[in-house]
Amino acid sequence: MSILIIAEHDNQSLKPVTLNLVTAARQIGGDIDLLVAGENAQAAAETAGAIAGIRKVILADHAAYAHQLAENLGKLVVELADGYSHILAPGTTTGKNVAPRVAALLGVNQLSDIIAVEAADTFKRPIYAGNAIATVKSTDAVKVMTVRGTAFDAAEATGGSAAIEACGAVHQHADVRFVGEELAQSDRPELTAASVVVSGGRGMGNGDNFELLNKVADKLGAAVGASRAAVDAGFVPNDMQVGQTGKMVAPELYIAVGISGAIQHLAGMKDSKVIVAINKDEEAPIFQVADYSLVGDLFEAVPELESRL
Amino acid sequence: MKVLVAVKRVIDYNVKVRVKSDRSDVDLANVKMALNPFCEIAVEEAVRLKEAGTASEVVVVSIGSKACQEQLRTALALGADRAIQVEAADQLDSLSVARILQKVAEEESADLILLGKQAIDSDNNQTGQMLAALMDRPQATFASAVVVEGESLQVTREIDGGLQTLSLNLPAIVTTDLRLNEPRYASLPNIMKAKKKPLDVKTPDELGAQLAGSVELLGVEPPAERQAGIKVSSVEELVDKLRNEAKVIA
Ligand SMILES: Cc1cc2nc3c(=O)[nH]c(=O)nc-3n(C[C@H](O)[C@H](O)[C@H](O)COP(=O)(O)OP(=O)(O)OC[C@H]3O[C@@H](n4cnc5c(N)ncnc54)[C@H](O)[C@@H]3O)c2cc1C
Ligand SMILES: Cc1cc2nc3c(=O)[nH]c(=O)nc-3n(C[C@H](O)[C@H](O)[C@H](O)COP(=O)(O)OP(=O)(O)OC[C@H]3O[C@@H](n4cnc5c(N)ncnc54)[C@H](O)[C@@H]3O)c2cc1C
Repeated sequence: MSILIIAEHDNQSLKPVTLNLVTAARQIGGDIDLLVAGENAQAAAETAGAIAGIRKVILADHAAYAHQLAENLGKLVVELADGYSHILAPGTTTGKNVAPRVAALLGVNQLSDIIAVEAADTFKRPIYAGNAIATVKSTDAVKVMTVRGTAFDAAEATGGSAAIEACGAVHQHADVRFVGEELAQSDRPELTAASVVVSGGRGMGNGDNFELLNKVADKLGAAVGASRAAVDAGFVPNDMQVGQTGKMVAPELYIAVGISGAIQHLAGMKDSKVIVAINKDEEAPIFQVADYSLVGDLFEAVPELESRL
Repeated sequence: MKVLVAVKRVIDYNVKVRVKSDRSDVDLANVKMALNPFCEIAVEEAVRLKEAGTASEVVVVSIGSKACQEQLRTALALGADRAIQVEAADQLDSLSVARILQKVAEEESADLILLGKQAIDSDNNQTGQMLAALMDRPQATFASAVVVEGESLQVTREIDGGLQTLSLNLPAIVTTDLRLNEPRYASLPNIMKAKKKPLDVKTPDELGAQLAGSVELLGVEPPAERQAGIKVSSVEELVDKLRNEAKVIA
């Protein structure tokens, strides 16, 4: 068996989720190759080559891949697919955008967001907002799947010295063009990779009040997240949404502040190791999943929490 | 511009699903069903394009057993002009759904095809991308803003790092995210009117679509239950527990 992993990167550096995919690939078993498709992505490819246990890194370096457009990247992966038994992409917005295109072009179904490897053809994946875990078996010749990074430990980032093989194939779809992007700037750790996450909900009242959470986060080296209600209300940007339709997080510590605990929110955080909930309503469903429940006004509790850290 | 919207019948988002005692599947008997929330957003977007004079016709399609006609009627009540049910098993695999949608899109010569970004039952988030690949057309997934500019679209997408904007030439596929719009409620007169709007029934065979189907469901289990936690009476106690019991902070 041999496995191709579509690496997540920003041309300069690899995103940590790539390391979680390497672990998933090891559990499947077989040779592991990493595809780094980007523009001026030599640095990312070199980091990929340093991961222990990688057979080779394929570097496709061209303007067509600069923004990971699914139309171009999908065709590149399909061209490279020959001989691979598994193609893995991260369950990020980039991975989810491209992997189904690869699957469709190869004439196979995709397994979305797997959380466990049972056998080389059998996997577990959450359905219904995580209220059920399905075990699914694929009989397709090549298994195309997206992987939930938080469900697998990170592999060692160093110790390997895989060769980098250049791939000159260029696929450029004539009918799509990158116009621009607005990326959130933050010195805090990435939400899905952080070991502590502090999230705020509608109870925060407005965007300025998130400053209270930022201060706690700074003391804990935490990332800051939010519920959908907080994002919809315009308190914070969309990239902070945790939940069924936002980001899936599983940190060591998750602190939910002014969040009621709707199933869609729980879907994104209930695999956290320790959950703290701060809410003034003692009936709030969030308390049913919390390890430590504090009933009280967040505007008193959060500043006090910060001062005691 | 002709708009095709794919809609799916799913469990209502307020219902917490349970696993059957024999663990063969989830229990959907007597459970409230609804239009997938993301599909509702897709219908709303299409209807707004029609109201703005940009779209000439809005056609909705659903693939499944006769029961999904209920959701097609809902979409008609929200303002779609015409509906198509493609008779097939419920829970058809995504590639088969995408292949059927491709045939419908070709038959209808749709310029814009809108889908939800994910169905909240299987949470797959893949059908729109598969359809775009099969048609070799551009896609904009997780859309939070769609602007039509003649023969092209400017779409803002919600991505992990923030927002991305793409320009796509029609025909194109767009999948909706939560913040694209806030769907309206169907008014009673519109619900009545919807009953008289055309609803065609087709089969995958008639459309010439080949079904795939290679993912087998071996079983379903409930997620690991969390141990009931404790109530702390003060922030001081909370910090103490986190430090000395859970040992998750320094
Ligand atoms: C298709 C679909 C997808 C969805 N996806 C997601 C998703 O990915 N993520 C997500 O989060 N939601 C999602 N939702 C929305 C979800 O159903 C809830 O509406 C949302 O999570 C509620 O957010 P909230 O808990 O912040 O707000 P609310 O439910 O309004 O809760 C606010 C809480 O704050 C508390 N509070 C208020 N003031 C204070 C105070 N001063 N001190 C302490 N506590 C206070 C209140 O007691 C209350 O419990 C989705 C919904 C749908 C239909
Ligand atoms: C409990 C359970 C059991 C399952 N068992 C099997 C099984 O035995 N075999 C198997 O192959 N698969 C099985 N599946 C997988 C699942 O049924 C299909 O993969 C899925 O229904 C296909 O689309 P999706 O909902 O994943 O699409 P998504 O990609 O999540 O949906 C995105 C969008 O696609 C459109 N769309 C999706 N489906 C339709 C539709 N039917 N009609 C119109 N538009 C649609 C909608 O616009 C929707 O918003 C099972 C899933 C579950 C939850």
